[in-house]
Amino acid sequence: MSPLNIEKGSSSHSAYDLRSHMSDAIETHTLAVLVQNEAGVLARVIGLFSGRGYNIESLTVAEVDHAGHRSRITIVTSGTPQVINQIKMQLERMVPVHEVHDLTVEGAMVSRELALFKVKGKGDHRVEALRIAEIFRANVVDSTLESFVFEITGTPEKIDAFADLMRPLGLLEVARTGVAAIARGA
Amino acid sequence: MTRQMTGAKMVVEALIEQGVDTVFGYPGGAVLPIYDEIFQQNHIRHILVRHEQGAVHAAEGYARATGKPGVVLVTSGPGATNAVTGLVDALMDSIPIVVLTGQVPTFMIGSDAFQEADTVGITRPCTKMNWLVKDTDHLSSTIHEAFHIATKGRPGPVLIDIPKDVQFATGTYVDKPRAKTDHYAPRVKGDTAMITALVEAMEQAERPIFYTGGGVINSGPAASKLLRELVEATGFPITSTLMGLGAYPASGAKWLGMLGMHGLYEANLAMHGCDLMINIGARFDDRITGRINAFSPNSRKAHVDIDPSSINKVIHADFPIIGDVAHVLEDMLRIWKSRGSKTNSAAVKKWWGQIEEWRGVKCLSYKNSEKTIKPQYALERLEALTKGMDRYITTEVGQHQMWAAQYLGFDDPNRWMTSGGLGTMGYGTPASIGVQVAHPDALVINVAGEASWLMNMQEMGTAVQYRLPVKQFILNNERLGMVRQWQELLHGERYSHSWSEALPDFVKLAEAFGCKGILCNNPDDLDEAIKEMLAYDGPVIFDCLVEKHENCFPMIPSGKAHNEMLLGEAETQGVIDAKGSVLV
Repeated sequence: MSPLNIEKGSSSHSAYDLRSHMSDAIETHTLAVLVQNEAGVLARVIGLFSGRGYNIESLTVAEVDHAGHRSRITIVTSGTPQVINQIKMQLERMVPVHEVHDLTVEGAMVSRELALFKVKGKGDHRVEALRIAEIFRANVVDSTLESFVFEITGTPEKIDAFADLMRPLGLLEVARTGVAAIARGA
Repeated sequence: MTRQMTGAKMVVEALIEQGVDTVFGYPGGAVLPIYDEIFQQNHIRHILVRHEQGAVHAAEGYARATGKPGVVLVTSGPGATNAVTGLVDALMDSIPIVVLTGQVPTFMIGSDAFQEADTVGITRPCTKMNWLVKDTDHLSSTIHEAFHIATKGRPGPVLIDIPKDVQFATGTYVDKPRAKTDHYAPRVKGDTAMITALVEAMEQAERPIFYTGGGVINSGPAASKLLRELVEATGFPITSTLMGLGAYPASGAKWLGMLGMHGLYEANLAMHGCDLMINIGARFDDRITGRINAFSPNSRKAHVDIDPSSINKVIHADFPIIGDVAHVLEDMLRIWKSRGSKTNSAAVKKWWGQIEEWRGVKCLSYKNSEKTIKPQYALERLEALTKGMDRYITTEVGQHQMWAAQYLGFDDPNRWMTSGGLGTMGYGTPASIGVQVAHPDALVINVAGEASWLMNMQEMGTAVQYRLPVKQFILNNERLGMVRQWQELLHGERYSHSWSEALPDFVKLAEAFGCKGILCNNPDDLDEAIKEMLAYDGPVIFDCLVEKHENCFPMIPSGKAHNEMLLGEAETQGVIDAKGSVLV
């Protein structure tokens, strides 16, 4: 009796190859997660990502409704469509999570990040930094004779581009808030 | 009327209001006020375990045998950390339990106080939800919310950490109807259009199969009843996961036996060859699917689950149905009847013919011996001699667990408690205690291996103290049998640390605990020895010395598909390749 047909070494895929039926392309999604503002809720959400091996590219959190004890967590994450779907489902089933919105698929969105740049320099470098800041519509929020602190708001890409230009001009420090995002229209 | 009372009193009041009759626990400094309240009342019975892990497994056993949430009370620090394995076990198997832990007083939290641990931090990924209660006014409402969350939707463990000063302080008791629970209301009704689409597919299916799991048990007795009606109405074959045994009776005509890694040949091949798979309350666990990209390649798949995250997690569902099993089955049956549905009976008959052919392989046959007790034989005799009794079975984890699932038959739900998802050795003894507490007059047997059994054997003290006549049926091969089996198949028969050279004398151990010990090593004596165990009115440790090198078959080796099962020793050479060997 040998109806089994075992080919020696036939296993070319791991048993944990979970996604053969879906696209393997990595997508980046921005999720807005409305949660109950209570102790440990952020740890809960972050623990989900680390525990299940999901990516966090950016994460911001702040209370948005004091009376209703609601906080909004904006997460930029990446993964295959199957992983993105799992992330949303896993978030939705958490007890203190009220709503999960995938802003990337729910229509157009506005996505912004704020950053502070400290740039040190003299002479031409200082003038050039100020000129570029004007082009990028960055505000000077602190100044000494040898340094500026610029405040810039925009997409992460715009902030990256600004950082690239400031680096040769004496960039000392960057502080970024991470992405806040909201759907367009009402 | 608002009632003022201490936090400790609130705990007891809230438990009584929730209908709790039993608490499994272990006292310590940070829960003394609650223990003082327990001392002064008669509504709740407290079972003193010997280790906090035992308390949680006992509560799991209680919960699974009754359908009610199990309740645990332990102290801070080590009390809480010892409970962690049980919490994860309950999380993986979706068992509703409520764990109350003591904590150092709020003003000492963060100071590395004696017996302080970050309990909510440690248990956050081990629970469905947990809370640190810092204000006595919030304590009773949190307890009511905890019971709601543990039992609604996909059940699971919850934990409430209660600092000692919160237990001493006085606050306002919030009763159950006024506690806020409406924020957590998982959907129980399935989508009617999708259920109708599935019924249509069932009418046309040529090779259908029901694949059911623990979700049917968790949904309650009504779900098992409806499942039986649906199987009867359709005549489709049915298989179940380890967690779902008993939802459909093992004596039922359509029963194929358990599926999965050590499932039956006919069940696995039917899963592989079906054209419509109806998953009801199971989660496509890796023990079930084997190699994912070869899993049931030619079937459309329906998936009924109350947890949306289970659907499309592992296997794509063509008919995703989010809802409670009983609700969905009720709708499915109603639609089936109202449409006057008929199956494709010619095709289904042919399908049954194919299944009968697979059954003819008799995959559970084994080579018996006249000299040594084969573990399969021991379980066949146990089954025969306990048939028809009011019987509950718990197990530990390993070969004996798989043999128990293969050779014991379960005709009703809530009769089979085993650690499925986490695979916790040491589960069975405390679980059997929890079951016996819930059903004092029933026959409760823990089918164990000697290695697993040693992990929580201290709980025999609990069994003796509370006169719980649990039967510990130990299939003793002096080996970590499943580890040994994998080392044989996978690691060139290098048996690295998979046996113990210093096992206790289990009969003397039984006597030391104050219970009865029985040793049996001869197949001819087995029946009498089992009868002696069953007749004894008290806990028994039964040391059944079995064949030391028996392997558990059938087996789907790691990384293989359902139609690549091994049926016996002759086929095991070199079957697991390098890719398969990294899997567990």
